Amino acid sequence: MLNPAGPQADSIFGLWTYMWIASTAVFAAVMVALAMALVRGRRRDAPDVSEAGEGRARRTIVVATGITLAILLATLVASYLTGRAYAVTPESGRPLQITLIGHQWWWEVTYNDSLSSRSLSTANEIHIPVGRTVVVKMTSSDVIHSFWVPNLAGKKDMIPGYSSTMWLRADRPGVFRGQCAEFCGHQHAKMALLVVAEPPAEFARWYDAQLADNMPPTDTTQSTGKNVFMSHGCVLCHTIRGTDAGGRVGPDLTHLATRRTLAAGTIPNNRGWLGGWVMDPQGIKPGAKMPPNDMRPDELQALLAYLQSLR
Amino acid sequence: MASVEADVIADRDDSADLAALERSWREPPGLWGWLITVDHKRIGKRYIATALVFFLLAGLEALAMRVQLARPENGFLGPDRYDQFFTMHGTTMMFLFAVPVMLAWGIYLVPQMVGTRDVAFPRLNAYGYWVYLIGASFIYVQFLLNTGTDVGWFAYVPLAGPEFSPGKRVDTWAQMVTFTEIAALIAAIEIVVTVFKQRAPGMSLNRLPLYVWSMVVVAFMVIFAMPAVAVASTFLLAMDRLVGTHFFNPAEGGDPLLWQHMFWFFGHPEVYIIFIPGLGFVSSIVTTFTRRPVFGYVAMVLSLIATGFIAFGLWVHHMFATPIPQLGQSFFTAASMMIAIPSGVQIFCWIATLWLGKPRFQTPLLYALGFIVIFVIGGLTGVMIASVPFDLQVHDTFFIVAHFHYVLIGGAVFPLLGAITYWFPKVTGRLTSERLGKIGFWLVFTGVNVTFFPMHFLGLMGMTRRVYTYLPGQGWGGLNLLSTIGAFVIAAGVIVFLYNLAASWRFGAPAGDDPWGADTLEWAIPSPPPPYNHARIPIVQGRAALWSMTPDRPVVVGLNETRREVLVTTVMDAEPDNRQESPGPTPVPFFAALATGFLLILLVFTFQALWIGAIPLGLALFAWAWPRHPDRAWRLDAEAGR
Ligand code: HEM
Ligand SMILES: [Cu+2]
Repeated sequence: MLNPAGPQADSIFGLWTYMWIASTAVFAAVMVALAMALVRGRRRDAPDVSEAGEGRARRTIVVATGITLAILLATLVASYLTGRAYAVTPESGRPLQITLIGHQWWWEVTYNDSLSSRSLSTANEIHIPVGRTVVVKMTSSDVIHSFWVPNLAGKKDMIPGYSSTMWLRADRPGVFRGQCAEFCGHQHAKMALLVVAEPPAEFARWYDAQLADNMPPTDTTQSTGKNVFMSHGCVLCHTIRGTDAGGRVGPDLTHLATRRTLAAGTIPNNRGWLGGWVMDPQGIKPGAKMPPNDMRPDELQALLAYLQSLR
Repeated sequence: MASVEADVIADRDDSADLAALERSWREPPGLWGWLITVDHKRIGKRYIATALVFFLLAGLEALAMRVQLARPENGFLGPDRYDQFFTMHGTTMMFLFAVPVMLAWGIYLVPQMVGTRDVAFPRLNAYGYWVYLIGASFIYVQFLLNTGTDVGWFAYVPLAGPEFSPGKRVDTWAQMVTFTEIAALIAAIEIVVTVFKQRAPGMSLNRLPLYVWSMVVVAFMVIFAMPAVAVASTFLLAMDRLVGTHFFNPAEGGDPLLWQHMFWFFGHPEVYIIFIPGLGFVSSIVTTFTRRPVFGYVAMVLSLIATGFIAFGLWVHHMFATPIPQLGQSFFTAASMMIAIPSGVQIFCWIATLWLGKPRFQTPLLYALGFIVIFVIGGLTGVMIASVPFDLQVHDTFFIVAHFHYVLIGGAVFPLLGAITYWFPKVTGRLTSERLGKIGFWLVFTGVNVTFFPMHFLGLMGMTRRVYTYLPGQGWGGLNLLSTIGAFVIAAGVIVFLYNLAASWRFGAPAGDDPWGADTLEWAIPSPPPPYNHARIPIVQGRAALWSMTPDRPVVVGLNETRREVLVTTVMDAEPDNRQESPGPTPVPFFAALATGFLLILLVFTFQALWIGAIPLGLALFAWAWPRHPDRAWRLDAEAGR
């Protein structure tokens, strides 16, 4: 939030700066008044209950209340203007449409294109082109979650049975961390995602790569690994496009190896962590809806080779 | 004015009457006497003590959470435990500590302050305490079995619904809410009726002490707010969970947002229910320690009432991130900001009082000053988050955690600690140590700021609340560690505070009736107060009852001392109206509460409870309603002259 990378986070940052300065000033004024009151009172011989004293106090309080009211009204106006600018989706250009579905405890990301062949599904990592407006439609498949990427914009709740919409835009490239903001059960803490903002050309390249189905294994270790995948529980929950795996319970793994993190922003995506995750997800993210897997070391190695080939 | 006439105490030989009074208000000794008492002071004391025990438990839970968060990926509490801990911490602080302790002080103080002998319905009062104790113990038994509720103190559905929280964790929570609601409603009714019908003659409404005003406002708020959560939690949520209805289930056409509206319609006023009594404490303390009535009585009273009203128009500011219409949100932003006005006016009035008065820097006043500092910070962040766009960034982050702890600790805990120090001499008859009191204050004050100030920044940096851990790469370790250290400083302060109380209770110097030179009626009673409070009901002659008392100290005569009797007066002007008999000790409330507890607890497990539990409850109520005296009220017949 303190390091905005898009117009919305930026305008809120401006509002915050104003409110921070105003609050500090008000706080300082109250503290000075309090300190002066204590010093005055201490010097006094007896409490002042005179009409004159009361009158002076009354006038001061009326003025102070007036100032408070003025500051509040100014804040109200500032907030209202920021809010209006914030809420209105810019008309210019064709916005990128993304649908986001919250799951306990990961994110399903779908890019909607008018051509269904160019629609695309992935998980836990959203790529967006710098400078283009993105409209995110969201809902949840189970409990309430909330989508929040502090560098880009405020949060929006994802409520089962409701569809909420927000827009955002990144004005500079970068990888921005997002986090589920509504308590959603035991792994609420480890329900993060990354928003990767990249120049339009790079984004287009990424998009096309993601559209492609999965290539068949290129060596025997990988095809052994593929068999391990298909013969263990994995296939029940995960999709790898271009294969028989079509489960919808867990994240899509078609291009798993291109993602930066595993388990919704919990651990880096490298061979060591991947192996640890497959064998014992509960050790890394207790409560996660993926069961531990039991396999021989050679099976695991083959599986890892296969998973790492999913580019 | 009243048809009661003044009497000069010094001229009377009333030792015979006093002995009669002693006899009729005497309490049976021993454990049995302890169980059956209906004395508002004994019940108030145990109510306060019980609530403080829950404060300590919730504090320990907070410490455990802070230890867990002290560094990234810590292993002290796992996710399940952490979720239970923050749920129990929030639930305990809000339902089992803050609201009860404030109402309990009202039960203890209000009758003495308005000059009567007991609350309006003493047996109901006792019943309320037992119901609270049973409900609170019930949820703690469950927590100690490591199956505590784990869905947060606002228990959002569908997470708290039957599908995602199977088992009995949430049911127990919902039922505990019922218990505490019953208890809170009872306390609220006691306070309203006692204040409106039992004030000492002469204490017209415009002479009511500010503390009593704050309790009246709070009592009305309880009466209006509680039904919403009662319906939501005990009815709809319990029905969804136990009978399979679908009020909140989106898959069957129910609405999860309905729960949020109902919960916050109660939950937001709840926060004000917690700190408005604190404002009352501060007014009492400021008056006494500046030796000057609080400046701007009328403005103070109107501010309290305005706060009470506006508090019901804010609930949607907890829901800015949900898909609800923009226009509605602007209204709630405006309302949320405007509530700063009455709070501001009160702060200005206290500062003016300090300015015009002659402050004595004793521990209670320090707590009042600490309250001003901390509460102003909480209020300022409150105005910030009333803004929809800003709230969309910080909602559900540690910024919010910082904000509401500033409000609640500033608004409730500081005034409460001040109040405990202030009234301790009245309750126990002994003075506390000023030195320890001040050490305790500075530890708590420092600790609170060290703990909660950094949380603002954590929130701005993106740390969401209710997370059991965070990753090393996020750069939040330093501030979290600082915050944890602060929590231990608070704990040290609380220990010093409690040690001071315990030591003073045994070894403190005798306090006398009125060690502070205060203005309200309870200080005219011996410390600790006798069961009947005022030996003679005083006649009040001004706003600061004791300071404006004429030297002849007029009192009411004509009450019958040979039985428990209270004076009933008119609502506006407190003119004597009736005498009413006040019931004596009886075990009925205790057994009725046991029966209620049995029914409600069994209901968590089976619907058969409705008829099984109805039998003992029916018996208890039957015993309760058994007529004792056909003529309960007498016209005020005896009027005596000088
Ligand atoms: C004694 C000092 C206190 C400390 C160190 C403390 C600390 C904490 C911490 C660490 C959390 C959890 C934050 C999270 O994980 O999201 C929390 C939550 C909370 N605290 Fe406190 N707290 C203290 C006192 C209080 C008091 C006095 C009250 C109310 C009267 C209170 C009410 C709450 C509530 C309502 C929550 C939210 C629980 C939830 O999210 O369901 N706390 N506190
Ligand atoms: Cu979530």
